[in-house]
Amino acid sequence: MTPVTHRATWTPWLYLAPALVALGGLLVYPIYQLGLISFFRYTQAQVSGGEPTAFEGFGNYSALFADPQFWQVLLATVVFAAACVVSTLAVGCALAVLLTRVRAVPRLALMLAALGAWATPAVTGSTVWLLLFDPDFGPVNRILGLGDHSWTYGRYSAFLLVLLEVVWCSFPFVMVTVYAGIRAVPAEVLEAASLDGASQWRVWRSVLAPMLRPILVVVTIQSVIWDFKVFTQIYVMTNGGGIAGQNLVLNVYAYQQAFASSQYGLGSAIGVVMLLILLAVTLGYLRLLRRQGEEL
Amino acid sequence: MNLLRGLVARPWRFAAEVSALLIAAVVAFPLYWMVLSAFRPAGEIESSEPRPWTLSPSLDSFRRVFGQQDFGRYFVNSLVVAGSVVIASAFIAFLAATAVTRFRFRFRTTLLIMFLVAQMVPVEALTIPLFFQMRDVGLLNSLGSLILPHIAFSLPFAIWMLRGFVKAVPEALEEAAYIDGAGRARFLWQILFPLVLPGLVATSVFSFISSWNDFLFAKSFLISDTSQSTLPMALLVFYKPDEPDWGGVMAASTVMTIPVLVFFVLVQRRLVSGLGGAVKD
Repeated sequence: MTPVTHRATWTPWLYLAPALVALGGLLVYPIYQLGLISFFRYTQAQVSGGEPTAFEGFGNYSALFADPQFWQVLLATVVFAAACVVSTLAVGCALAVLLTRVRAVPRLALMLAALGAWATPAVTGSTVWLLLFDPDFGPVNRILGLGDHSWTYGRYSAFLLVLLEVVWCSFPFVMVTVYAGIRAVPAEVLEAASLDGASQWRVWRSVLAPMLRPILVVVTIQSVIWDFKVFTQIYVMTNGGGIAGQNLVLNVYAYQQAFASSQYGLGSAIGVVMLLILLAVTLGYLRLLRRQGEEL
Repeated sequence: MNLLRGLVARPWRFAAEVSALLIAAVVAFPLYWMVLSAFRPAGEIESSEPRPWTLSPSLDSFRRVFGQQDFGRYFVNSLVVAGSVVIASAFIAFLAATAVTRFRFRFRTTLLIMFLVAQMVPVEALTIPLFFQMRDVGLLNSLGSLILPHIAFSLPFAIWMLRGFVKAVPEALEEAAYIDGAGRARFLWQILFPLVLPGLVATSVFSFISSWNDFLFAKSFLISDTSQSTLPMALLVFYKPDEPDWGGVMAASTVMTIPVLVFFVLVQRRLVSGLGGAVKD
């Protein structure tokens, strides 16, 4: 398709104005503010106006990096997010392939169930999974014969429980997107491949996988971003970060520092760290796109 | 039986279909359990031998939920927030997507990359500055403090996704419209807008979900005025970690999930084709 070439100079900017105003005021400006606050001593006294805000330079950052709990939380966040991403992608892709192999009725059943999980709000999903795994009244412990084993007591079992919920509510996006991608591959291409004598496996590896690569990149990046900043599930299921903060992830940690302990400067510094990590992921993503030669 | 004949003729497909049905059952089980628990009569939910059915469904939990504080009001608040976000961001994103796909101008590519980068910003990290910003403009404790940030945060993804739909409208149509004497505004709203509507619907799913589900902003910005609460906060009234009222929690959860489910089922077809279009492009 030939690109439209309107030469009007101001019309596109007129169309863009509302979006740019909204993004400038509610995204760019807050990011600037976040960076600014992270360099200040900003606690309850400053918020209420009792004390003037004091510039601290990298004070908040050095306090943060000297705190062993920060490193523990950072490690937990990275490992937890990685586990969520890998599980979500594995389940989502496997079920997308399964969808292409079945007839209409099972496909509709799986699609509807997945849409239900997708549609479930995070707060609701968290409480429902807590009830399912409840030591006293939950069906899971009865089925598995675990007695009154508490899933939220141990650090790893609590993380596992949250992981299961996260995978449950985020695999549908991957499944639906990858399925739509497989369906979009023209039938002639697959026919040609099998006419040329390619085996099923060969078709997958040499035809479908390269065609699906852009989609896989998109869902992987989206999953990384979503899973890296899980908040609601951790907050609700482990009651604000688990026993003695054992289940804290960066997002919840920043919230607790800022709003529970009124350490707004420190909380902002954690936010900046998160922002930088995700920015690094984004830049990697952009390089991938550029290498694929995608036209914007 | 169809299935049995299938077993003999194509055992692999039969196995695939059985496992698809089983997985569907497992995936749907939490939702089934939620609705079931909401309808259980008092006492049955605290049974140590939970049965996957109930013989005497009751509406007690729902009565308790709607009797408690202004649950109906919270429901309306949530609808207002999600509705405003969906409508506002759809219009703004439509205009912006039109600008970046049907015009060539300086900084166009830069803008597109900015929209892409903006999608990656962890909006949760912005809770602290947004809190002060909302305080300074006097929006704290009002629904506006939820609506405005969610409009902004849903825009980058919506613009990115709508690009494909706007691009797909043939250029010849635009030229024909101008030849027939339509102005730019007329083309935009009476020709382009209806054609892009399916894409807008698919996009709106994401803005609807993010604003309907929002918990962090509601928890941080609606601190003292409980009449402005939204559903996620109201739900947690029933969930006290030590002694949760499971019947109430599940009834409230059911009420909170149903609108999203309805929305999803309505846009289901468009969602699948919309995602396909967006990622294919």
